[in-house]
Amino acid sequence: MSGVRVLVGTRKGAFVLTSDGKRDNWDVSGPHFAGWEMYHLKGSPADPNRIYASQSSGWFGQTVQRSDDGGKTWEAVGNKFAYEGGAGTHQWYDGTPRPWEFTRVWHFEPSLNDPDTVYAGVQDAALFRSTDGGQNWEEMTGLRKQETGPNWAPGAGGLCLHTIILDPSNPQRMYVAISAAGSFRTDDGGQTWKPINKGLRSEFLPNPTAEIGHCVHHVAMNPSKPGVLFMQKHWDVMRSDDAGESWHEISGNLPTDFGFAIDVHAHEPETLYVVPITSDSQHFVQDGKLRVYRSRSGGNEWEPLTNGLPQSNCYVNVLRDAMSVDSLDPCGVYFGTTGGQVYSSANAGDSWTPIVRDLPSVLSVEVQTLP
Amino acid sequence: MIQVVLPAHLKTLARVDGPVQLDVQPPHTIGSVLDALEARYPVLRGTMRDHVTHKRRAFVRFYACEADLSHEPQETALPSAVSEGREPFLVIGAIAGG
Repeated sequence: MSGVRVLVGTRKGAFVLTSDGKRDNWDVSGPHFAGWEMYHLKGSPADPNRIYASQSSGWFGQTVQRSDDGGKTWEAVGNKFAYEGGAGTHQWYDGTPRPWEFTRVWHFEPSLNDPDTVYAGVQDAALFRSTDGGQNWEEMTGLRKQETGPNWAPGAGGLCLHTIILDPSNPQRMYVAISAAGSFRTDDGGQTWKPINKGLRSEFLPNPTAEIGHCVHHVAMNPSKPGVLFMQKHWDVMRSDDAGESWHEISGNLPTDFGFAIDVHAHEPETLYVVPITSDSQHFVQDGKLRVYRSRSGGNEWEPLTNGLPQSNCYVNVLRDAMSVDSLDPCGVYFGTTGGQVYSSANAGDSWTPIVRDLPSVLSVEVQTLP
Repeated sequence: MIQVVLPAHLKTLARVDGPVQLDVQPPHTIGSVLDALEARYPVLRGTMRDHVTHKRRAFVRFYACEADLSHEPQETALPSAVSEGREPFLVIGAIAGG
């Protein structure tokens, strides 16, 4: 019988939650790497037993962990992320030039067909690739050396490359998103990149429709429609139907269009999920109510999903990489909160139950659908 | 043998549960001990000092014989008590935060 494995990264360790296809009863293992910030864990689509994990500490820096048995045991692999060539500068918060400096891995994106190939999005924003299972890392310099690179500036969380999307229909095409530079696309396997931010509007910029500088929080894609992208920006939920060439707003009737997480139903490419957050100065859900909003029409028309979620005195956030979907039928939806809860829905969001309630603050949630 | 005491998180990473005994060729300096430590436990590379520049990470400290050696050049010779194995070389995760 098929099942699911939920990989949870928290500020104080990683947890692996497993269940059968019913998704009623859960086995919880962890904390793995207790006491460390686990920014992201993600499994290989080509080999579900291969998992990459970003282990980080303000004291001791970055370690990369790899599991070859589905998260039961782990091995530390390479942690040398060296910027290639003359690293140059980007802009600091005050507009002054600042040398690029590695801080941590925010996101791993394993290749769709090779377990040993994995991409890493890092802070300061750059894209690295390993083709030997994480032992060695090489910067894909075309992104950072793209002509706008010296003008990129950090968002409040740092200048981080947090989103990597691989196009299943075109191995040469890849998307990334950077706070607060915007989104970028390559059509030649990462050799060259271009900003894809036309249609975004950010009032905090001197030119609100500038080519770069937008604080993109997350981007999601349904693999069956790889040219259709959905974006949760700092403010605004956006949609592109032409692989990012242009964007239009689909915030519609959301109570607030600030937020971090966004994802797409596994089988219905026009069904989206977001978790509206009060504002950029109040990073918690609105009115003390934890509500996932679902659109079944590709945006603009949204319905609150509240069944099983706290509707009073709740003041948590859901971070950008902390929502995921499985590919069972009906589609399962999962998200983790800064309050340490991980909620699951085995019916596409109609109702929710907490798998765990009291973990450390959740940084990331990824789901593997197991055969 | 030179004795090195690691902070808890680095002991976990290196999978050791006590002081580390290192056979280090003289001269015994801060750098040569760290080199030997990283050679024995490659997982510690990058956790105490930068991979390339070998600059100490900001919140890591090196102590020995009740002295803070953190700001000394890595060519600095260790006290004879450390060199002779009578006192440990301490790698400390600095107290930071609130």
